[in-house]
Amino acid sequence: MSGPGTDPRAATAGDPTPTRRGTELALLAFAVVITLAAQCIVDLTVTDSLSPELATFGTWFTALWVVAHLVVRRFAPYADPLLLPCVAVLMGLGLTMIHRLDIAGDQLGGNSSGEDAPVQLLWATVGLVLFVAVLVVVRDHRVLARFAYTLALVGLVLLAIPAVLPNSEINGAKLWIRVAGFSIQPGEFAKICLVVFFAAYLVDKRDVLALASRKVVGLELPRGRDLGPVLLAWVASILVLVFERDLGSSLLLFGIFVVMLYVATERASWLVIGVVLFSGGAFVAYQVFGHVRVRVDTWLDPFAYVDTGGYQIVQSLFSLGTGGLFGAGLGGGRPDQVPVAKSDFIASAIGEELGLFGLVAVIVLYLVLVERGLRTSLVVRDGFGKLLAAGLSFAVAWQVFVVLGGVTGLLPLTGLTTPFLAYGGSSLVANFGLVALLVRISDAARRPVAPPPATPPKLTDAPTEVVRP
Amino acid sequence: MAEIVLQAFRFGFLLLLWLFIFAAFRVVRADLFGGRAGRVTSVPPRAATAGRKRGNRGPRHLVVTAGPLSGTRITLGEQAILIGRADDSTLVLTDDFASSRHARLTNRSGQWYVEDLGSTNGTYLDQQRVQGPLLVGPGQPIRIGQTVLELRS
Repeated sequence: MSGPGTDPRAATAGDPTPTRRGTELALLAFAVVITLAAQCIVDLTVTDSLSPELATFGTWFTALWVVAHLVVRRFAPYADPLLLPCVAVLMGLGLTMIHRLDIAGDQLGGNSSGEDAPVQLLWATVGLVLFVAVLVVVRDHRVLARFAYTLALVGLVLLAIPAVLPNSEINGAKLWIRVAGFSIQPGEFAKICLVVFFAAYLVDKRDVLALASRKVVGLELPRGRDLGPVLLAWVASILVLVFERDLGSSLLLFGIFVVMLYVATERASWLVIGVVLFSGGAFVAYQVFGHVRVRVDTWLDPFAYVDTGGYQIVQSLFSLGTGGLFGAGLGGGRPDQVPVAKSDFIASAIGEELGLFGLVAVIVLYLVLVERGLRTSLVVRDGFGKLLAAGLSFAVAWQVFVVLGGVTGLLPLTGLTTPFLAYGGSSLVANFGLVALLVRISDAARRPVAPPPATPPKLTDAPTEVVRP
Repeated sequence: MAEIVLQAFRFGFLLLLWLFIFAAFRVVRADLFGGRAGRVTSVPPRAATAGRKRGNRGPRHLVVTAGPLSGTRITLGEQAILIGRADDSTLVLTDDFASSRHARLTNRSGQWYVEDLGSTNGTYLDQQRVQGPLLVGPGQPIRIGQTVLELRS
């Protein structure tokens, strides 16, 4: 086993492992071109002229990704080349749609809530600062495992804050805290903290959870006391549902935990247990909580409630239908007909203006992002990194599935945001943090192993030869 | 704005979006098969490496080179090797400086990784303390207490 010969990663090339930063730069440039093209098309179609803010936007947006690229080049040179470009295109499309809805709001006059696109760009800048901070501070993702319980506490506190504070209710869900005029959704950050905790906890406990089991009707069921953590996660997500009336976060948390248990133990029984617990919880929630029942009823038959709770989903369905296969063209539709199109229903705005082909392109971009995350999880060598990467990528995938399911009428509406696409500062900033962690882990995963340059060469030099008998 | 221009924008942008996805897929593809996309030579080399792996390339034995058990030789299979003072270890050490579950050697697609299982005195690969799983090359000394092990083919 002498080095490159048997190493599947090194086998591809005899020369040093490529860092693929050039590929990343080229794709990022492509992403910026796509975004600028979209902005120009929107301006030309709607107002027949290019707005003067476009130059500022273009420079700012380009600068954002140049900085991100340089930071990755410096601090995570072997990182996956596809993560950042996918995020760049998604964010660019989101910004364009928000800008487009801004214009629509201005034209209608009256109730426009001001310009949201510049605010979102500002939040993206804050997100980039977090991205850089994570990459600079966390030089090795395994360090995070040491702070697992601290992060769990932070996560739970963040989850609990809006439930405790008064005046945090928007649209029936208590999710926000207001700081200096901004609404912050601490649950978005709690998500990442809890994924880190789950990963560290499960790496410790997975042998017990996987091996101590009884066979009941062909299913390997874990011992009663080992059910503790999953029950705890279930109770926590139910509590979120009760006190914050937030279906989305509760579903997200529980889904992430069950899937991470499954990944850690390779026991399908956890999925079965998860589904059973979920069905029980969902049934009880439907019986007990009015807001859950409204969501489910409007999902089953939106047209029956078109004047009340179903208006949004009906408008969204019309919007998607208007878009058809190729869409109405950027700036050619009326996506502002859907209430809160900028945040929750941005996917239906994209579906209307870019059509099925555009919406599927967006989904494929998410798919590529998630695939790169899962691939990182397969390649990285330590258990904690594997679980963390899998958990983070699953969080993105699950969120996209639940949101798009809600917008298209496949699932009941929940309050989750489309990562990188939707208007909303906390979600954008938190997801930048999430991508930073993925970039960090993928850097560790793709670093060449055979002659490890990661270890300081001083240690492997002369002293080794002396000690050998 | 003229209708024809709007139509050009409409389809042109979708084309641009899908071109990006195509470019991304080329990167994924290059990652999976190595080298440039468009070369369909992935099958023969893979068979060749598999054949080579089944040959005499990988390490076959774990040999104790120093310490109380010096001279002991364990034939490597697919299974992981547990090293420690506990009776159910693959290599039971009688070393005062070893923990009951000290370290583990695992085989991942023909390569062996050493991993410390939270031992008191640590495991050393060459002169370096083992924190996470580390790749063990043939002849690289693994030190556990007074015992030194190495992989040989």
